[in-house]
Amino acid sequence: MALLELTRQPGRIAVRLGPTSAVIRPRMLAVCLGLAVASALAFAVELSFGDYPIPLLDVVRALFGVGDRATLFVIEELRLPRALVGLLVGCAFGVSGALFQTLTRNPLASPDMIGLSSGSATAVVAAMVLGFGAGLGTQALGLFGGIATAVLIYGLAWKGGTTGYRIVLVGIGISWMCTSLTSYLLVKADMWEAQQVLRWIIGSLNGADWVHVTPLAWAVLVLGIAVLLLSRWLRLLQLGTDVATALGVPVRFAQPALIVTAAALVSFATAATGPIVFVALTAPQIAQRLTGCAWPPLVASGLTGSFLVLGSDLIAQRVIPGTLLPIGVVTGAFGGLFLLWLLTRANRVGSGG
Amino acid sequence: MRPEIAPTLRAEGLAVSYGDRSIITDLDLVVPPGKISVIVGANASGKSTLLRSLARLLSPAAGQVCLDGESIHAMPTRELARMVGLLPQSPVAPEGMTVIDLVGRGRAPHQSWWRQWSHSDEETVRHALELTSMLDLAERPVDELSGGQRQRAWIAMALAQDTDILLLDEPTTFLDMAHQIEVLDLVMDLNRTRGRTVMMVLHDLNQACRYADHIVAMKSGRIVAQGPPADLLTAELVDEVFDVRCCVVTDPVSGTPLVIPIGRHHEPRNVARHPFPIH
Repeated sequence: MALLELTRQPGRIAVRLGPTSAVIRPRMLAVCLGLAVASALAFAVELSFGDYPIPLLDVVRALFGVGDRATLFVIEELRLPRALVGLLVGCAFGVSGALFQTLTRNPLASPDMIGLSSGSATAVVAAMVLGFGAGLGTQALGLFGGIATAVLIYGLAWKGGTTGYRIVLVGIGISWMCTSLTSYLLVKADMWEAQQVLRWIIGSLNGADWVHVTPLAWAVLVLGIAVLLLSRWLRLLQLGTDVATALGVPVRFAQPALIVTAAALVSFATAATGPIVFVALTAPQIAQRLTGCAWPPLVASGLTGSFLVLGSDLIAQRVIPGTLLPIGVVTGAFGGLFLLWLLTRANRVGSGG
Repeated sequence: MRPEIAPTLRAEGLAVSYGDRSIITDLDLVVPPGKISVIVGANASGKSTLLRSLARLLSPAAGQVCLDGESIHAMPTRELARMVGLLPQSPVAPEGMTVIDLVGRGRAPHQSWWRQWSHSDEETVRHALELTSMLDLAERPVDELSGGQRQRAWIAMALAQDTDILLLDEPTTFLDMAHQIEVLDLVMDLNRTRGRTVMMVLHDLNQACRYADHIVAMKSGRIVAQGPPADLLTAELVDEVFDVRCCVVTDPVSGTPLVIPIGRHHEPRNVARHPFPIH
């Protein structure tokens, strides 16, 4: 008697073992593996590049604690925090973008478009310039700003239920208000502060330190588990709140829970590096086209986000020799182009890609 | 497979309002088990609101909706989803989602983390696709289908949910005549061969008469009259509910009442032959 039973269907395989069963989508699995390998490679290359180049093989050995002291110091103290922050932040942006795009059923509704990144940024900039809440640290402030903005948007968009369209419209309004507030704070700030703030606003891994890594890693871990637990509801919310309710989703709990989780992810990430534009918008869309899904796949979006951030950082470090260009400049320039390319290509093919 | 006694959905003293605006006031209704019931009424008469309340999409301002005596608002929503299915008015699937993906989601109330796609999930989905003649289109994206096929795909999803009670909010809206008949015939099949209790909102009074065992006529958030179409449908009732002068004759095909509006430019001629009373 076969205990493990595999049933093949177009695009998916049902796996059954006794009373348990699961569905595997081979293409999704392959794309995720590919993205994981690509991200790992970008991670290693990120560690090997710099004023003091280290061969890839030595990088891998250093990660296991093998190598001479200079190499270990450069890797562990100087480069590892930066690469880890890039990896985690990219993942957080990607997953958060996928959540928002699915919840609102609108590819434009990424956290950077609907004002969460700007809200998070405004809180941090206000603290930097006005000098209050310094004891809280950027992470807590960014988190507070992002969640507060999410609650504000949800509250304003709520009218006996809410639609993705209304969330996007309210979000864009809030986004501009936060941006103006940040600009006002910048004008008020003195030169040195303004420069610091500006660097942070564009989004940069340059200041990444172990101080940033630990809270970020915990946040991504805890929130990632929350996302996985909520993902079964997300799958049904794709069909709209009415159908989701009819299929047994407690929408009044599930929708805010998902929004808060997504907002927390993007806020922690923004607090660590500043708002790295376009990653949350493009990563889920790229992942969706790679996997051939009709919705942004969560895990693949996170991996794509990591790869995008690490890849962009590599480009940012190399494009002008001797200058550490903020990564946001690269993601802004390339992210937009890539999205345009995807969209025109999709139109020509006549399908989602 | 199904229990001998079908579960009964019932509204007791139900009142629903949007903000300050009261839509339904003090409404009592029993959804007749094992039958097809159709709610009719003019626009803004509260018929869709009633259906949505029965499916717990709207919370009542007063009164309650009960399933076999238990308030549905106190019941775990997932448990209710195994007994009552709802197809809202013109639902939209994400662009590119295939029919099988959509229909498969109908199994959600029966699935869990460790049971994501059991044999019974597969059989039920297959059967739902078969009943709706969607098997050949299972791998096609929903948004590329014709209106009738798309509606059938959604009905298949509701069927995959495998509930005793099925609520359909204007399932024929935006469909051409052939597709309307196709969908209503399918609903009738489900009721006659599978014993499903169906309650739906329909705009077309004549279709309502033809397909319903029980008609609920609503006006201004109240039930004006209810009963089997042949007993219920009179020109007076149509005038009261829809504010339309009409003749009621016998449908030559189904033998059910057929409502023919009169309008300002015509007058009924040769009316004496018709068995139903005329206004």
